[in-house]
Amino acid sequence: MFESFDALLLARMQFAFTVSFHFIFPAFSIGLASYLMVLEGLWLKTGQGVYANLFRYWLKIFAITFAMGVVSGIVMSYQFGTNWSVFSDKAGPVIGPLMAYEVLTAFFLEAGFLGVMLFGINKVGRKLHFAATCMVALGTFISAFWILSVNSWMQTPTGHEIAANGQFVPGETWLAIIFNPSFPYRLVHTVTAAYLTTAFVVGAVGAWHLLKDRTNLGARKMFSMAMWMAALATPVQVFFGDQHGLNTLEHQPAKVMAMEGHYDSHPNGAPLILIGIPNSKEKRVDYALEIPKGSSLILKHDPDAPLAGLDTVPDEDEPPVGIVFWSFRIMVGLGLAMLGIGLWSLLARARGRLYDWRWLHRAALLMGPSGFVAVIAGWVTTEVGRQPWTVYGLLRTANSAAPLDAPAVAVSLLAFIVVYFFTFGAGALYILKLMGKPPAPHESAEPAAGPVRTAGITPAAAIEGTRE
Amino acid sequence: MIDLTIVWAVIIAFAVAAYVVMDGFDLGIGILFPRFRVGKERDAAMNSIAPVWDGNETWLVLGGGGLMAAFPLAYAVVLPALYAPLIAMLLGLVFRGVAFEFRWRDPAHRPFWDMAFCGGSLVATLAQGITLGALLQGITVEGRAYAGGWWEWLSPFSLLTGISLVIGYALLGASWLIWKTEGPLQADARRFARLLLPALLVVIGAVSAYTPFLEGQYFQRWFEWPGLIATVPMPILVLLAGFFLWRSLTNRRDWQPFVLTLALFGLSMVGLAISIWPDVIPGRVTIWEAAAPYRSQLFMLVGAVVIVPVILAYTAWAYWVFRGKVDEAGYH
Repeated sequence: MFESFDALLLARMQFAFTVSFHFIFPAFSIGLASYLMVLEGLWLKTGQGVYANLFRYWLKIFAITFAMGVVSGIVMSYQFGTNWSVFSDKAGPVIGPLMAYEVLTAFFLEAGFLGVMLFGINKVGRKLHFAATCMVALGTFISAFWILSVNSWMQTPTGHEIAANGQFVPGETWLAIIFNPSFPYRLVHTVTAAYLTTAFVVGAVGAWHLLKDRTNLGARKMFSMAMWMAALATPVQVFFGDQHGLNTLEHQPAKVMAMEGHYDSHPNGAPLILIGIPNSKEKRVDYALEIPKGSSLILKHDPDAPLAGLDTVPDEDEPPVGIVFWSFRIMVGLGLAMLGIGLWSLLARARGRLYDWRWLHRAALLMGPSGFVAVIAGWVTTEVGRQPWTVYGLLRTANSAAPLDAPAVAVSLLAFIVVYFFTFGAGALYILKLMGKPPAPHESAEPAAGPVRTAGITPAAAIEGTRE
Repeated sequence: MIDLTIVWAVIIAFAVAAYVVMDGFDLGIGILFPRFRVGKERDAAMNSIAPVWDGNETWLVLGGGGLMAAFPLAYAVVLPALYAPLIAMLLGLVFRGVAFEFRWRDPAHRPFWDMAFCGGSLVATLAQGITLGALLQGITVEGRAYAGGWWEWLSPFSLLTGISLVIGYALLGASWLIWKTEGPLQADARRFARLLLPALLVVIGAVSAYTPFLEGQYFQRWFEWPGLIATVPMPILVLLAGFFLWRSLTNRRDWQPFVLTLALFGLSMVGLAISIWPDVIPGRVTIWEAAAPYRSQLFMLVGAVVIVPVILAYTAWAYWVFRGKVDEAGYH
């Protein structure tokens, strides 16, 4: 008994570790692929060298990010089977086909055109190369579509039947499975988050180089583009996040109770707890700083509306409150800080001082990693908040794991931790090294120093157009 | 009416075969990597696969993901049974994959990332070969779950298949380089291929002789009618392919060794299919017992029929873009 609990906990830690590490890369590459598409499109349209330079500058960073995303992603597609085989056997007929569609429509598209995107510009010409860039960007989006559909089905399962052997099997129509109730909200919220993550990274790199030299044309351009994104997309994201929360309240109320720290029901309007320390033993939030009736106002648009608390949920069906409570606040706090940067940049732009306000640049630099932290915090909120279920309300996490030995899971977890920190740590260093160099007027053409530069192609030739 | 279970078995087998062939030469180049001279030779070997390795590796994801979708029970039994080799494979692929980028980014530590490229490729290949051997020798199944131990996959036979795959991929990598490169690197590749080919023929023979005695059903399939139709010509075909491959290593048609190595792989796969069919877990679970319900099969089939040909088309285009020799100077 104790043995199996240990293996379960270790398997959960392993999944949490590998998926969190993995998601850092797509959170960046979904946005970066689209940014590269925009840069190359603008280059094709305007012919301005600055766009070509920025494209090459970020392409090198994209290549490293993408490689790390691919190798950490393959691990995920096998984790389902190695550690969660009972879940895979039971849910395979429903989520398996969605993941197969992800491979067929997204992974091959990205990988197939990536080679041309990275190394092919002097072989296929600018237009075809732009098409390859578009295909890679499209692939990252399609990938998000399918995998978020899978995740959403696990959160809000619809459209399935339960077979005699205990398997979840598809019902009459696949549309009910794919477009399950939480999917549209999760898709929009997650993809926007990826765009914002990229915008704040690009903004921070731009800010760093503006702080050193505010005349650098590439730095000015990337900072301006990133700040437009921050100013326009953050308010939209706040709205989507709110909508997603209301959707969660409808389908997974216990998760919202944990996010809000509502141990007790409030028949006459629930307070909004801004901050405090959840105490699950005593079932209350200590040192709470709260706005009376604030939560009812946000969630029900009526200050006096009753809101149920975790006292209405059986103890064995409750998510861990502390983690969810805190991760939610980290996400929202960073979101509001992003909103602040966006508004600040609008003000600076209106005054014509976007490239001059040093404190804005310092703040944007500080906010560089904020997207990653917010995205991981958001995922922690939604994934821990749906515990103790893998398929919400139907299959418990404890009944999903493979028949595993604790030592086997412990050893592999340790191996993943060591290898990931080592390789992805090195990758992060290489990315920071690239970011530390200012965008040069004649950015070299290749992402990896090898394939193209050794061929003796001068950057000038690449800027003028394709060498035939 | 067509049996979709058979269709899906063929599709998964195709994905696995595509993976073995396409990532096989990538991994093979990784295995041989320390044997190439530091500098231009290594750069050229790396450049010959840099634009395509990522797409090649995706077939592995299709094999794994497709197995979960089409044969969820098999996925749920096989992956825990092969826990250690699969985790080792994944970690090996991590090192191999990042090395493609990192070695260019950090010249000071290039020797280290070159070793990571080789080590990762070697571990991943060994693990894949061991996986094959462990499946062939049979795994313990109870009900709908794996019931064997943590080390069940380890045996002399699985080690033999592991080593065999290392030799096979290395030969595939060498013959790819004969096709795609010239000069001293190509000469090195020819030299390695002449050493690897006899070794491969020996291990193919050893695995083939060992397999029928692992399970009664393998013996029956190979040594009773109608399996005998394949048993008699198979060794002859393998030796013929080996003979022509040996000869092609000295002629000037640089594409020939690669195609003939593919023929050797193809023959080995046909042999495996004869042993295993119609099981998805050899000797334990048939494809029909493990199959997903009809609605899941049909939904995916619609996609596969339309999309797989498109994938093959743009993959072919990507290879076409990077056609021709990659010499030490890089792409022209």
